[in-house]
Amino acid sequence: MRPANLNSHGVDDRSGYAAEFVAALLDPERAPPVFISGPNGKAATKRYAVYRNNVTVSLINALAATFPAILRLTGEDFFRAMARLHVRTTPPTSPLLFEYGRDLPEFIERYEHARSLPWLADVARIERAWLDAYHAADAKPLLPETLAAIPPEQLGGVVLTPHPAARVVRSRYSAVTIFAANRRDGPVPRIDAGEPEDALIARPALDVVVRRLPPGGAEFLSRLSAGEPLGAAAEAASTSASDFDISANIAGMLEAGVFTDDRKGNEQ
Amino acid sequence: MNQQANIQRAPVSAASRFPAHPVTGLAGTSFKHQHLPTILADGPQRGFFEVHAENYMGAGGPPHDALTRIRRDHPVSLHGVCMSIGGPQPLDKAHLGRFKALVDRYEPALVSEHLAWSTHVTSYYNDLLPLPYTQPTLARVAEHIEEVQEAIGRPILLENPSTYVLFTQSTMSETDFLRELVRRTGCGLLLDVNNVFVSATNHGFAALDYLADFPLAHVGEVHLAGHAEQTDDEGDLLLIDSHDGPVADAVWKLFDIVIAQRGPVPTLVEWDSDIPEWPVLKAEATAAQAILDHHAQSIIPGNAYAAR
Repeated sequence: MRPANLNSHGVDDRSGYAAEFVAALLDPERAPPVFISGPNGKAATKRYAVYRNNVTVSLINALAATFPAILRLTGEDFFRAMARLHVRTTPPTSPLLFEYGRDLPEFIERYEHARSLPWLADVARIERAWLDAYHAADAKPLLPETLAAIPPEQLGGVVLTPHPAARVVRSRYSAVTIFAANRRDGPVPRIDAGEPEDALIARPALDVVVRRLPPGGAEFLSRLSAGEPLGAAAEAASTSASDFDISANIAGMLEAGVFTDDRKGNEQ
Repeated sequence: MNQQANIQRAPVSAASRFPAHPVTGLAGTSFKHQHLPTILADGPQRGFFEVHAENYMGAGGPPHDALTRIRRDHPVSLHGVCMSIGGPQPLDKAHLGRFKALVDRYEPALVSEHLAWSTHVTSYYNDLLPLPYTQPTLARVAEHIEEVQEAIGRPILLENPSTYVLFTQSTMSETDFLRELVRRTGCGLLLDVNNVFVSATNHGFAALDYLADFPLAHVGEVHLAGHAEQTDDEGDLLLIDSHDGPVADAVWKLFDIVIAQRGPVPTLVEWDSDIPEWPVLKAEATAAQAILDHHAQSIIPGNAYAAR
């Protein structure tokens, strides 16, 4: 018996089919593998094209499902051409398709045909965060009573536990308004894209919520989520935005379930 | 080799989260989230639901909420799509762990995977890719099935693929390959009748010949689905396993023949693309149920591959 032919990924391809079979799946210039055929030795180019088509189209469809606002903003043809290039250069590395598309926002930033849409990548970041929030572990939002029960002189030292679904996306453009207008049915109003907006994405129960954060809110929540105490986070938020309103921000974060009472998310 | 591997079904846990709804003799449908409100409004019904395991491998959120509601009142079949059992590289241990966690959490009546592969090195191709049928691939696939069965503590059903190409390396027929996998690993089979019809058309053999050679006694579940038509390089008919329409008349006829021989095994109508309103999908399952019930008068062997 000859020794197992294991490569660095532990692939034992003694029958020699897998590497050759995948080589041309995402490369339309490459000929199909020589060892496949139809019955009685019939040609298999169109037959192999079924696999090529299944792989490419299903992955483009997966991106379209994750980024519906990007699809609507760019149109079907633009989106599918961009997604096809992304699929070919960056195929998924996980069998969980809801993990796919993490690199698409950076890809959009580099994509030459999207240069006239500088806000597009940030809208994609919000859509990607939306799907992460959707699948995140369930956890009970921090109750207002819990915070209210803490003596005022100790509030500044309080450290909060971030909810597994909560995310902040900062943008120099009107990414939240553009996202919201293109994730719902109906006509999209004229939007001034140049207004900086920060997005909060959260899922206090089953529904994902996306809202625009008030001035200083992104700084405040990001620092709290990183484990900084309430007092220090509020101070940094005030420095970043002179009109930072601490009561409004705390009320907003409680309502959206940005933090949790659970010590650890309710992970499986 | 490991004859009829020592795989015992997990005992009924005292901490079971769900009722043990039996699946014997039932028709079912793919479970799609858009149908959830209608299904819940209709209340518990005769039938089972099948889900693609990977769609429930997130940590939490609406998918788990929906599946929990469905599982409370119905048997559920857990159908893995991405284990890449037919590939030449070791199974992804993290993925296997996620699969086991779903089996433990939802206590499915049926658990199945595919004779196919989808991952190579680090890339995931999101399709059920074919493999040559040789002694080395047989040994490798058998090892993978045993690894899955040991991890989840129960046998799986392995689904026959629909294919568009043949491999010049193959030295065995697909039915011999499947029969030998059953013998070596103790797994059962998921007979996809539409896949048989698609492959028979694409490769120029008779579907009835394939079925006559199929180890029917080991079939624990049947799949039915719609297919689409294309042409190959010579302009001949090439069928695509598209799951985007009603079951074809020819496939219903083959199904009737299979059930007449095998008895009423759980049967699923798959519909994964261009998904219709719930009543349309439910009507397909009702048609399958009528055929199962018609043949239920014949001897019903217990389904050795279903959970209690």
